[in-house]
This record gives sequence, structure tokens and C-alpha cells, in this order.
Amino acid sequence: MGWFFRALNSSIGKKFVMAITGVCLLLFLIIHLVNNLTLFGGPELFNNVVKNLETIKPLVRVIEVILALIFVFHITNAIRLWIENKKARPVNYKINGSSKNSDIFSRTMFVSGSIIFIFLVIHLRTLWVAFNFGHPKAVTHEYFDILVEAFSSPIYTGLYLVALILLGYHLYHGFQSAFQTFGWNNKKFFPLIKKLGLIYTVIMIIGFASIPIYFFFFYGGNV
Amino acid sequence: MSGNMNLTLKIWRQKNANAVGGFETFNVKNISLDSSFLEMLDILNEELELKGVEPVAFEHDCREGICGACSLVINGRPHGPLDKITTCQLHMRHFKDGDIIWIEPWRAKAFPVIKDLIVDRTSFDKIIQAGGFVSVDTGGVPDANAILISKESIETATDAAACIGCGACVAACKNASAMLFVSAKVSQFAVLPQGQPERYLRVEAMVKRMDELGFGSCTNTYACEAECPKGISIRNIARMNRDYFMSKIKSENVEM
Ligand code: HEM
Ligand code: SF4
Ligand code: FES
Repeated sequence: MGWFFRALNSSIGKKFVMAITGVCLLLFLIIHLVNNLTLFGGPELFNNVVKNLETIKPLVRVIEVILALIFVFHITNAIRLWIENKKARPVNYKINGSSKNSDIFSRTMFVSGSIIFIFLVIHLRTLWVAFNFGHPKAVTHEYFDILVEAFSSPIYTGLYLVALILLGYHLYHGFQSAFQTFGWNNKKFFPLIKKLGLIYTVIMIIGFASIPIYFFFFYGGNV
Repeated sequence: MSGNMNLTLKIWRQKNANAVGGFETFNVKNISLDSSFLEMLDILNEELELKGVEPVAFEHDCREGICGACSLVINGRPHGPLDKITTCQLHMRHFKDGDIIWIEPWRAKAFPVIKDLIVDRTSFDKIIQAGGFVSVDTGGVPDANAILISKESIETATDAAACIGCGACVAACKNASAMLFVSAKVSQFAVLPQGQPERYLRVEAMVKRMDELGFGSCTNTYACEAECPKGISIRNIARMNRDYFMSKIKSENVEM
């Protein structure tokens, strides 16, 4: 198996790990969004959806572990690549011309990723912990009200939206980048893939942003 | 149209590979709009020599955009502000009187500065030595049309073979990655029948060598393609990735 680990540790192999975990995360976001949009169905529907998920808790736990592992691989590889890539250019240019030859989304993947990570930690702390570990409202299955409470804070809602914009940067570059990494770039399909990436990003960002905005303006302060 | 101009040059100077370098300021006067960028540097060097100052060392050879010797990062752009040309093809009419021009060497761990603006690009040769060739046995001259090759393959191969090995892709990449160069050298054989016997061994060997030499990893910013004087496409990188994965899956080579 030596060849296998050497392959994964090669420059292209590390990119492959980034891309395959990245694509898993892209798919996860779709599921997550669909699940979240049930919030617009009102407290009853949402509370029921979460309650139903409770009944298949062991399965949910397994999926959560897999998801966590995907994040761990994505993030550890990102950090490794970032450090190695810094080392490959020990002296920087006095004049940085990168804005003339590349877009900002591609150049800020590590920054946008790091913000997403910080967001993720806060997000899990406020919502995942509340849903799973005995928040009084979770015990009585009033999950909907937990969100009403969270998004009543303008700071929390604001941070949420800023993080979403950076997620948009990450997704827009990441989507087509993964195809390029897998070697699926040809003259006919790549322009289409870039467009699909834009559509995916816009849907994800508008979809996820609609929730805090809706809660802040329609439920803000009604806790 | 030929008004002449005066310029301020901020040039990286470094005595040798181990010396600490820094920028020095030079003023050049009365430069013709028709002169090339390298001619402008020649004029500067002549003046420096007359003054008994060590001239600025920079690389050049053909001065017609085919050898890949000239380098120079000009105002933050490898080969200067124009697309798809080398430094030797850049003319002073693209600058304005009174401009301040920053001139730096290629920056990469795998391309150490030897002197002033000259870097050591032997690492590219080492990548080629690792597999950037087709091993042929000598013998009778084969029939011209014995092997049929589609026009599309020929075009893809010759487009890739247009790479002059200048290293601007490495210089432009924020990770100093050599993927565009290596992928061009892999692709020029990968799409031709003559390249098939060694197709997978070649890509594995060249990528391995590239990694050992301290080039960074690709993050798909596509800065390389934007700065390449020969317009080498990032589709070559995709092809190389594809071949690399296929080789890992299909070949029985456990050494690499
Ligand atoms: C839901 C969250 C995330 C999604 C959907 C996602 C998706 C992706 C995708 C699709 C790629 C492109 C892979 C490629 O270039 O082949 C990528 C690259 C990258 N991701 Fe993420 N990612 C997420 C979270 C993170 C986090 C938390 C970090 C933390 C540091 C991160 C750091 C990076 C970096 C640095 C790259 C560029 C690596 C490279 O191009 O070599 N990502 N991501
Ligand atoms: S790919 Fe382009 S930029 Fe890179 S070495 Fe070849 S010609 Fe120069
Ligand atoms: S000197 Fe030969 S390409 Fe510029």
C-alpha cells in the first residue's frame, strides 16, 4: 500500500483529497439547505421534521461522524497545502500583480475556508449543541423557537450573513476547481460547469441567507 | 509618434546566490518608444559600464520569443503587462514618460536567484530528465504515413509543444507551482501514438520529480495560463491529473 499513500501525498494526490472531500461538502450543503427550508413551513412542520430525525438518531450519528471526518480531511489537507505552498515561494514579489491574472475567489480559498471554519464552530455551538444536548426547548421539541432566539440577535445574524458571503466565494471557485482537479475540463463542457457553479452558489447563498433574514425581520425580539 | 521618454527603474540586485539582495533605483533618459524592453536595459547597462558600475545581469538569447531565456517580472507581471508575449517581445511604447518600473526576478524556491535578475531554472531540466521524452530505438526510417494521427491530436500536441520552458507559469503562480509547464511536457506526448508506451510511467516520474524539487501545489487560480507567453491551456493540467490518476489505478508500478 506504500504506493497508495505516496500517491495521496503527492501534489496531485493532495489536490484530489481536497476535491473529493470538497465535492462531498458541496452535496452535503444541498441536503442541509433542503432540510432548513422546511423552516418556512412554520414551527409545526419544522419541529416534526427534527422529531422524525430523532427517531433515526443512530443513523444520523453515523452520518455526522462521516461528515466530521470529511471536514477533518478537507481542513488538514488545506492547512498542509497552504504551508507547503508558502514554502515554495520563500521571497514574495515587491509588486503583487495577481489581481491582473487571477480572480479574487481563487486567491482567497484559505481565507474564506478559515472564516467558514470559525463560523462552523459557532454554528455548531449555538445550534447543534442546543438541538442535541438538553436545551430546555429541545426537550419539549420546540426546535423552531431555538432559531427564533438565535436570530433575534443582530450581531449573530450579521455574522451569519458575512460568513455566507465568504462561503459563496469558496463555493464559486471550489465547484469548477474540483472538476479541473479531477481532470474533467474540456472545451465543450467546462464553460457549462463554470455556469453551473455560479448557479449552485447563488442558490445556496440566497437559500441559506433567507433563513436568518426571515427570522430576524419576522420573529426578531418575539422570544 | 517617436517622442522619447525618461523612466525610473527599481531593479532587484543581488551579487550571488548567497548574498542578500535589494532594490536599486536607476534613471534612464531619452528612451525611444520603438526600443524593446531589453534594449532599454542594454542602454542602462552601457551607461553603467561607462560609469564603472557593475551592469545589471539579466537573461536573454533569441530576442524573438522562441527560446524562453528571458524572464523578468515587470510591475508584478511575468513578461510584463501584455498577454502572450515574452519580455524580449515587449516594447517601450507600452510605457509612459515618467513611469516607475519595478523589475524583479522569478520568485520560487525551485528557481533560486543566481545573480540580479537571473534565476537557476535547472529544475525544469531535471523534470524533463525524469521522463519528458520518448525512448526510441534506432532503425530504418519509418514510412511517413505508417502511423495515422488525427488533426485534432496533432493540434493538441503541437499546442502543448509550444511551451518554451520560460518558467513564467511558476513565477505567476502564488504557490510557485510548475503544473502548467509539466502538463505541457506530458501532454505533447500523451495525445500522440508515439507517446503511448511510456504514457503512464512518464507522468508519474515527472510529477514525482516536480514535487521533490520544491514546486508548490496547484490551487487552480489559472494565473499560469493568463501569464504564459505561449497560451498553454490549463486543459493540459486536467489531462495530466487524469493520466496521473489512471496511472495510479492501471499501472502495476508500485515503486512510485
Ligand atoms: C461547507 C464547507 C466547505 C465546502 C463545501 C468546501 C468545498 C471546497 C471545494 C469544492 C474545493 C475545491 C477543491 C479543488 O480545488 O479541487 C475546496 C477547496 C479548498 N477548501 Fe474548502 N470547502 C468547505 C470548507 C472549508 C474549510 C472549513 C476550510 C478550512 C480551512 C477549507 C479550505 C479550503 C482550501 C484552502 C481549498 C483550496 C485547496 C486547493 O485548491 O488546493 N474549506 N473547498
Ligand atoms: S507553460 Fe508557458 S509559462 Fe510555463 S514554461 Fe511553458 S511557455 Fe513558459
Ligand atoms: S530571449 Fe528568447 S524568448 Fe525572450
